[in-house]
Amino acid sequence: MNKIVSKEYLSPNVVKFEVEAPLIAKARKAGHFVIVRVGEKGERIPLTIADANTEKGTITLIVQKIGLSTSKLCELNEGDCITDLVGPLGKATHIDNFGTVVCACGGVGTAPMLPIAEAMKKAGNHVITVLAARTKELIILEEQMRKFSDEVIIMTDDGSYGNKGLVTDGVEMVIKRQKVDLCVTIGPAIMMKFVSELTKRYDIPTIASLNTIMVDGTGMCGACRISVGGKTKFVCVDGPEFDAHQVDFDEMLIRLNGYKDIEREQLHKISPNN
Amino acid sequence: MTNFNEERMQPWRVELRNSMKPKDRMEIARVKMPELDPEYRSHTMKEEVNLGLTPEMALMESKRCIDCANPTCVQGCPVAINIPKFIKNIERGEFLEAAKTLKETSVLPAVCGRVCPQEKQCEAQCIHLKTKNEAVAIGHLERFAADYERETGNISIPEIAAPLHKKVAAVGSGPAGLAFAGDMAKMGYEVVLFEALHEIGGVLRYGIPEFRLPNKIVDAEIRNLIAMGVHFVTNCIIGKTITIDDLLAEDYKGIFIGSGAGLPRFMNIKGENLVGIMSSNEYLTRVNLMDAANPESDTPVIKGKKVAVIGGGNTAMDAVRTARRLGAEKAMIVYRRTEQEMPARVEEIKHAKEEGIEFMTLRNPIEYYGDKNGRVTHMLLQVMELGEPDASGRRSPVEVKGKTELVEVDEVIVSVGVSPNPLIPQSVKGLEVTGRGTLVVNEETMQTSIPYIFAGGDIVRGGATVILAMGDGRKAAKGMNEWIRSFT
Ligand SMILES: Cc1cc2nc3c(=O)[nH]c(=O)nc-3n(C[C@H](O)[C@H](O)[C@H](O)COP(=O)(O)OP(=O)(O)OC[C@H]3O[C@@H](n4cnc5c(N)ncnc54)[C@H](O)[C@@H]3O)c2cc1C
Ligand SMILES: Cc1cc2nc3c(=O)[nH]c(=O)nc-3n(C[C@H](O)[C@H](O)[C@H](O)COP(=O)(O)OP(=O)(O)OC[C@H]3O[C@@H](n4cnc5c(N)ncnc54)[C@H](O)[C@@H]3O)c2cc1C
Ligand code: SF4
Ligand code: FES
Repeated sequence: MNKIVSKEYLSPNVVKFEVEAPLIAKARKAGHFVIVRVGEKGERIPLTIADANTEKGTITLIVQKIGLSTSKLCELNEGDCITDLVGPLGKATHIDNFGTVVCACGGVGTAPMLPIAEAMKKAGNHVITVLAARTKELIILEEQMRKFSDEVIIMTDDGSYGNKGLVTDGVEMVIKRQKVDLCVTIGPAIMMKFVSELTKRYDIPTIASLNTIMVDGTGMCGACRISVGGKTKFVCVDGPEFDAHQVDFDEMLIRLNGYKDIEREQLHKISPNN
Repeated sequence: MTNFNEERMQPWRVELRNSMKPKDRMEIARVKMPELDPEYRSHTMKEEVNLGLTPEMALMESKRCIDCANPTCVQGCPVAINIPKFIKNIERGEFLEAAKTLKETSVLPAVCGRVCPQEKQCEAQCIHLKTKNEAVAIGHLERFAADYERETGNISIPEIAAPLHKKVAAVGSGPAGLAFAGDMAKMGYEVVLFEALHEIGGVLRYGIPEFRLPNKIVDAEIRNLIAMGVHFVTNCIIGKTITIDDLLAEDYKGIFIGSGAGLPRFMNIKGENLVGIMSSNEYLTRVNLMDAANPESDTPVIKGKKVAVIGGGNTAMDAVRTARRLGAEKAMIVYRRTEQEMPARVEEIKHAKEEGIEFMTLRNPIEYYGDKNGRVTHMLLQVMELGEPDASGRRSPVEVKGKTELVEVDEVIVSVGVSPNPLIPQSVKGLEVTGRGTLVVNEETMQTSIPYIFAGGDIVRGGATVILAMGDGRKAAKGMNEWIRSFT
């Protein structure tokens, strides 16, 4: 049982929680995630540790409502408890002074990007963040990102804020303008696929943080497996970050939809009109 | 230690033994375990298949044991339970005494009576087999005595020695960790058991289905340990949430690793990452740990109509029988050798067949095909035949060149073995590990290459059995206690 000490809406569907978890706060590094479960019949879902406060013994989670379990979590309030929370899981991000680092994130990929941008900045990199969303309301964490970035480029599909265009347009703009040593991308699989294809053309090393379906998060089930360079890898223990140019994104897209029909049905549990 | 012969010569035993001629004892037919009807049970998720012996049945079966002077069955039991003594206690109606006898050696008799491969262990050494008779149903009797004790509310909390004010840790709550924790608590240690998952029990909880091992039995064991003062910490991964060094800093005197062999193996064949193909660990974890078949549960599970399970072990049988219960019209076992070589318990194979599971032996998948959505639709099987016996004495399967079969499937569960959990071996410097990733221990004491770390169960043996894991946990408790006492 982990108590929620604060809750804040970052956008109508994105909630930021600060949760008591002193041991995890102490042990975590950028790139790590936790598995949470809400309720006795709850599902185990992975969430990135966006930030931690070792003095208060808390970790920050940023959750986007997309289905049953994320909705249940977002219904919890300050003072409520998360039934189960375990971590830190996965491998920490390889942080180094690479030079210029482009952080390309879309939608909820922004939350897991935050600690990485912070760590990259602290390691002495010139950090350029490309923040993308469909429309202005869906841009989250802009202010926090600005704190850890030398430059933030906003992209919206409809042009309602920042530049009009996709995340890839923003990244390409930077690449054409200056030398980029590393690109980190987190977001929907389809977005990461296109970012990866773009940077491959320019021969820029690229890391993608993969958000596959998980169950245990400890290497025990294989639900999270994907192909990297033709080899099967478990995202929860071998990742979640991989060389994007080696990842089979098409396979990942298919696997993400593996339980789609059942998930859609389950949403009726909370809102019968869905 | 108990002196088998002295006990055998106690007046009550002698009298009981002489009350019936061995020949008459041997003429009694072996008891048949009452079972749920196969048709009924293949549609019910959680009801246990075996219903247990009635006291009358147990009494009759106990008479079959002739109380041998040299009880070979005991040698067949990996932990050397005093089998004749517990069986003769059943015969004289002292069921609680029988349970107590079991507990002299085993801390999980209700579990082992259900899941031990008795036909390869104690029952394989029974004297009856020498006279072409069926072995005494030792497993059924063990289960009877342990269940009787639990169901009549007579579980005795073992005596706990005066507190030593010394802390020890156990990592992993499978049978190895539970057994270790129980024995250390008895000796007066303060025991904290850390478990990565949100529930206690290891494979007993997330792997073996309720139709074979009901949760309430594992729960009873855990309640017992709590009553004995064992402290459980769930959602805590040693090596991640806290490290072995953190434990040392908190003044733990010794650490027992019982982290199991939880890593699923895949075959690395084409199409294996299609949707609908998963490890038996994933499938069973969804259904057992996450209760995914229950409409109330938020965890989804694919309920295939044509399900193939690859493998021939207990895990494969559990998966295929689960698939049947979840509504598979066709539930198949695909195994590359023949039924004789299957590692699964004989009873599970029998039960599976009664439930209409198809056995496709001498077949090995070599490729999977999917539809445009990436869902598996077919598997390509290579037909095999048995070749020469290999080093282990098993005849190894070889391909019949050019002979393949295409079979329609909508779900495939891969159950071709597990590997040791690498987390601890990787995160602790200086821990000696074998090429297979198991931990190296002194077989007497279960001490690893790092003196304060002991280990047992599947992390030492690779995928083994509940009884061996339990036995290891007890040995390690003894070993650690002696080691701690050697310097304090
Ligand atoms: C390592 C890792 C870190 C993550 N970090 C965060 C985070 O910081 N914040 C956050 O909001 N989310 C994060 N996610 C994603 C989050 O785990 C999923 O959104 C969540 O599991 C969905 O559960 P649900 O029951 O709400 O939705 P479901 O009902 O399970 O799914 C609804 C729809 O979303 C799709 N979907 C399912 N799982 C995922 C997934 N993992 N990624 C993308 N789409 C999915 C399904 O195809 C389905 O159509 C992370 C995932 C991973 C693997
Ligand atoms: C489906 C299935 C059916 C089986 N059927 C039978 C049978 O019929 N008869 C039989 O005798 N055997 C059977 N077995 C095998 C038997 O269950 C195992 O040999 C036995 O459970 C091993 O016990 P263990 O204590 O070593 O580990 P496990 O039972 O595997 O428990 C290990 C525990 O450690 C936890 N853990 C791992 N790493 C960490 C960490 N770093 N920190 C904290 N916790 C950690 C895991 O989450 C797990 O709960 C079966 C196995 C399976 C999977
Ligand atoms: S524990 Fe297993 S091997 Fe030992 S007597 Fe019981 S059933 Fe037989
Ligand atoms: S989530 Fe189970 S192995 Fe990765």
